[in-house]
Amino acid sequence: MAGIAVNRAGTTQLLMGNEAIARGALEAGIGVAAAYPGNPSSEITTTLAQAAKELNLYVEWSVNEKVALEVAAAAAFAGVRALCAMKQNGLNVALDFLSNLNLTGVGGGLVLVVCDDPGGISSTNEQDSRHVAKALDLPLLEPATFQEAKEMTRWAFELSEEIGNACILRSVTRISHARGNVTLGELPHRKYRARFDTSRKPYASIAMTTPPVFHRALHQRLIEIAGIFESSPFNRYVGPENPELLVVTSGSGWLYSVEAVRTLRAKGSAGILKLGTTWPLPHNLVRANLLRTSKVLVVEEIDPFLEGNLKELAADIEPGRTWRFFGKASGHINPFGELDPDVVINAVARILEADYNPRGADYEHTAQQALQGLVPPRALQFCAGCPHRTTFWAIKSALKMDGRDGFVTGDIGCYSMALTSTGFSQIKTVHSMGSGMGLASGLGKLDRFGFDQPVVAVCGDSTFFHAVIPALINAVHSHSDLLFVVLDNAATAMTGFQPHPGIETNAMGEEAPKLEIETVCRALGVTVEVTDPYDIPGTTEKIVGMLRDRGKPRVLISRRECALTRAKREKAPYVVRVDQGRCRGESCGCDKFCVRVFKCPGLVWNGDTGKAAIDEALCSGCGVCAQICPRSAIVTRVLP
Amino acid sequence: MSLYETDPINVIIAGTGGQGNILISKLLGDAMLEEDHWVTIGETYGASQRGGSVASHVRISGEAPCSPITPRGAAHLVLGLEPVEALRVLALYGGPGTYVVTNVRPVHPMAVAIGEAAYPTLEAIKQTIGELSRKAMYLDASQIGINLGAPLLANMVMMGALVGCGFIPLERERLERQLEALFQTEKLALNLKAFRLGLAEIEKAYGRVHFKSRKGGNR
Repeated sequence: MAGIAVNRAGTTQLLMGNEAIARGALEAGIGVAAAYPGNPSSEITTTLAQAAKELNLYVEWSVNEKVALEVAAAAAFAGVRALCAMKQNGLNVALDFLSNLNLTGVGGGLVLVVCDDPGGISSTNEQDSRHVAKALDLPLLEPATFQEAKEMTRWAFELSEEIGNACILRSVTRISHARGNVTLGELPHRKYRARFDTSRKPYASIAMTTPPVFHRALHQRLIEIAGIFESSPFNRYVGPENPELLVVTSGSGWLYSVEAVRTLRAKGSAGILKLGTTWPLPHNLVRANLLRTSKVLVVEEIDPFLEGNLKELAADIEPGRTWRFFGKASGHINPFGELDPDVVINAVARILEADYNPRGADYEHTAQQALQGLVPPRALQFCAGCPHRTTFWAIKSALKMDGRDGFVTGDIGCYSMALTSTGFSQIKTVHSMGSGMGLASGLGKLDRFGFDQPVVAVCGDSTFFHAVIPALINAVHSHSDLLFVVLDNAATAMTGFQPHPGIETNAMGEEAPKLEIETVCRALGVTVEVTDPYDIPGTTEKIVGMLRDRGKPRVLISRRECALTRAKREKAPYVVRVDQGRCRGESCGCDKFCVRVFKCPGLVWNGDTGKAAIDEALCSGCGVCAQICPRSAIVTRVLP
Repeated sequence: MSLYETDPINVIIAGTGGQGNILISKLLGDAMLEEDHWVTIGETYGASQRGGSVASHVRISGEAPCSPITPRGAAHLVLGLEPVEALRVLALYGGPGTYVVTNVRPVHPMAVAIGEAAYPTLEAIKQTIGELSRKAMYLDASQIGINLGAPLLANMVMMGALVGCGFIPLERERLERQLEALFQTEKLALNLKAFRLGLAEIEKAYGRVHFKSRKGGNR
């Protein structure tokens, strides 16, 4: 990965889609990249950050996606090519700026990469970002392979400069997080002289009547873009002159479609139109291909975006001419969740009335029985030694002692898993970044309607800076009754440990001013306490006390480094073992308390001895479980 | 041009988060890339990434890139870093012709640790894997790793078993060169040792499955 900046042109590498996008940006000679981490987009900026020193780039992990897009746009205003990457949820954060930026345009090349997450593998939703391109009249590109991810990113900068506006490149998990062959191109030697041209008309759409004028100009520009797309090499048809079935596909759908036609040996009856430029559609190209046949299957991930646009276009082709469209509306392709090769193979087989039964009924039966009866599920869980586990343990104990049916409003991070039993099912709401605090601020004002439950908002350190500060200010100004617990593990852990404003280094590894969360909170006039979540009784006591102190927001910072980052740096503090004499096993009244309730993966139940044991391969050596055994059978020894 | 009787070749490495299957998929992928193949690697996850199931799909073709997920029934080889995960992936993507090479050491899911689900016996796992595969090979890679001083070395043992089973046209020397490029002196010796032990173990116990190569005159 670190070699992307130095790898020579002409060599072929096995690159992750996100690395290919990063390489494409480098081949376009970008000067600036800004992003907020979020899977499946994070590796784009991580890769660029690794190349920053060598290629004299400026790369930053911004405080949130809106600021990231503003930082990138600023570079483009000053004539420096810039890339901004985010996940679909992040696009919502950036949308307010983007829906004005489209009207003013940009000076240099600006490419916005949005990585959607079909199936919500690492997300709270599976929103389809392509609608935003259509709504904002911006060009949309969708790479179908790893090589294309690179080529498209490079070309997107040329297009952006040609049209004077931002381009949106939409990737998905199966492109961004998969790997494939990529042949590298040249890295240009670009020298920028950044300058904001004060003599040009302002980048502003505001002035009495100008928004509609700008909007009209944008529509005019779309027609030009569609013209450029007509001859784009990213669109191509492969198949018979007049196939029985035309498969129209974009993005990850293309490889699945090729797989389907190959698997069903249907090359003689099905042709594939691959579209890489999906908004605005190149009308003539699409029209010519639709006229090959009357049956069309649309294969794309998440919403029927392309499907709807094709139908819209088809309606105007020829009076009386109709097509039978298959896809999400017809039920041949799932309109939610991910695609996979079987979905597309089955859809093509159904339409062509071909048999597809890859492994026989008996095999299928045995396989399904094994999956349902034999294979146990693997649920979400906090890592061994995770400080979130102990914070939620303390919150749970404190809320129980308090006895007023208090609850937790959650946020986005590893700690969202406290929705489930790994965090003792403490979290009752999870929405977007910062929402836990905003909801708590509202709940804390319902006392006049008889609301008397304690509210605990939680968020991580990176989320605190991203979106929680305005909500906290709101709570302060409105005397909202809540306890706010910051789960400070000194990392954006869920997305790969990227730095944030609370860390003393930046994306490029340089020293950066570290903002103390308690300093920020105290400046807002809030009482702040700090606790170590590994000290379960101490943390519990603090929470109980702070729950009683009512009528305003109170802040508790639960601070302990992520167990994974600690383990990378230093040896475990303790050797932990279960004293087999003291552990009473199944005869103890605790009913396997340590493994059943505390549930650290480092603790296991030995079926042979009927007693608890430590899994040495998984135990992080934090020693916290020694605090929870009612028999004190878990013992720790300090490592020399 | 298709290099083998089967194109693409689909290998799925099945394990749990943190077992190092992504490293194996990269090593295998890079080795096949050096042979001028198209390689596509995709990962599928179970319920989660932290401690959940992870399967790396490595698809190798002489013709074109493949989709990053293997179609049902199309896996040629399942390399299991954990026995239940090998079975899970076999049941999802395997077929009657699938080969299985798996570590026998379980990683208990939380549901099992807390008594909400049962972990099947090794005999039951082996029997079902036997019913769902063409040939299955087993080794205690974790024990070999533990004997070498680090249970995580099980992934290098399994990398050795992958080469040793002879299913993939992989040269032992090529893999060893990759390991030499990847690890520093001290770690290198240990990883090489694990790799060679895995390779020897599977060859000794099962012999080689000779993969039919068109290069080898099976045309």
